[in-house]
Amino acid sequence: MIRAARAILRKDLRLELRTKESVPAMTLFTVVVFVLFHFGLDRNSLDGSLASGVLWVTLLLAAIIGVTRLFAAEREQGGIDALLLAPVDRTALFLAKAAALFLFLVAVEIVALPAFALLLLGPDLLEALPELLAIVLLADLGLAAVGALVSALAVETRARELIVPLLLLPLLVPVLIGAAHATEPLLRGSQRPEDLGRWLGLLSLYDVVFVLLSVAVFDFLLED
Amino acid sequence: MAYARGLKPLAAATAVTMTAALALVFFYAPLDADQGFVQKIFYVHVPMAIVALCGWVAAGVMAIRHLRTGDRSWDVRSYVAIHLSVILGVGVLATGSIWARASWGHWWVWDEPVLVSFLVVFLLYCVYYPLRFSIEDPDRQARYSSVFAIAAGAFVPLNFVAVRLAESFTHPRVLSQTGGDLPGEMRLTFLVSLLAMTLLFVTLWKLELTSKHAEARLKRLRRRLEAREPAAVA
Amino acid sequence: MPALPLDEAGKYVAGAYVVFFALVLVYVAIIGSKIARIARAVEALQGDPSGDTPRADQLVEDE
Repeated sequence: MIRAARAILRKDLRLELRTKESVPAMTLFTVVVFVLFHFGLDRNSLDGSLASGVLWVTLLLAAIIGVTRLFAAEREQGGIDALLLAPVDRTALFLAKAAALFLFLVAVEIVALPAFALLLLGPDLLEALPELLAIVLLADLGLAAVGALVSALAVETRARELIVPLLLLPLLVPVLIGAAHATEPLLRGSQRPEDLGRWLGLLSLYDVVFVLLSVAVFDFLLED
Repeated sequence: MAYARGLKPLAAATAVTMTAALALVFFYAPLDADQGFVQKIFYVHVPMAIVALCGWVAAGVMAIRHLRTGDRSWDVRSYVAIHLSVILGVGVLATGSIWARASWGHWWVWDEPVLVSFLVVFLLYCVYYPLRFSIEDPDRQARYSSVFAIAAGAFVPLNFVAVRLAESFTHPRVLSQTGGDLPGEMRLTFLVSLLAMTLLFVTLWKLELTSKHAEARLKRLRRRLEAREPAAVA
Repeated sequence: MPALPLDEAGKYVAGAYVVFFALVLVYVAIIGSKIARIARAVEALQGDPSGDTPRADQLVEDE
């Protein structure tokens, strides 16, 4: 099963590297939204909870793009039927898609975080980097699991572009709460993180619940 | 499945309990020291919220049953439970808003973690309808709806915990008194109200299931007649 | 948190309970009319010569 998952993952990564559709779009989107926030908030620099909120809401919105496109390749080329006919474990499919989404998100954040620091952030980002990485990775894990689940749920519906954001965003509220509250003291410039453990704990709980749940129910999706 | 059996006694029990609850609310429960008469909204708002949330979680359990057994009737039960909880959800948000206005002067407050968490969950379940009805194949529709119901059902407690954690940092809880330190008379009134709301939910749930069941039978009937005499069907 | 005077508070409380009852009544009315419509449709079909249509009350009761 792991081999099958890796194979699908490799295919998806190679496809993305070749077509460069999702990741550049998501990255560009985050940068554009940062600029929008500059104009919308009429601020040159943000810190604290405002910075944290802008960063995480933007990342969540960018995730929508990735989620909507997660099964796009299969859909467009009729590959999904091929996948389903082959004796591929649905769990392998889920793991591969979630891993792909996770890697896409990390790729986006590699550009988006420095961009954010450059454009909008007041305090220095580097000081907070280790804790920030932990938060980002845990949040990305939840994003990836829920994103893969929502993407699969929406794969058959006619109104995919509408359903994905509407489903994804409420489900991600706990991730937003955990990530934003954890990041906020890091972006205040002077203080050390408070209660980081509490928010990391929330993110971890969310990740565990949704990874397990998605693995359990994925068998019932994409099945014919 | 005989949905209609027991519907009449259930409806009667609901009516009796609701009347009792109303009587208790307005003639037995003492006035709240802080909020005065406005606090009476608590007895309709909170039971509605609790029943709606439980309805959604129960729908998730029914969905698990559906996926496990392949019996589509469980998906219908799940759908009706979600549907009813959404209707109650509208009531929760409306009464919550009225309560906020009466207590705080604003039509919405972010200080109440239960209300805020409820809003997020409500918005999520609103997406159930477009998701469900945009899938044409009935078998797939049932399966995907059930997956949603399970994911959303698991989400309900998670979200509640998350919002609670968030709000506990900024604002102390002001509006709610969820039974922890309620004086005896209030607690009794609250419990009876909760019971009434639960009975109401179950009654309406059975009622709608009866209606759907009848509709399905009518369709089957029509189809049989159509096969027999194409001209005779109305 | 000063409590509102009884007459003012009464409006809000009444409003909340009215919202609740209105929701329930509208819902019951909709379901009730649906069931009535189904019963009528079954009666209409009963004028059918094929004779194996169940009676309306059998349809709604149970199986």
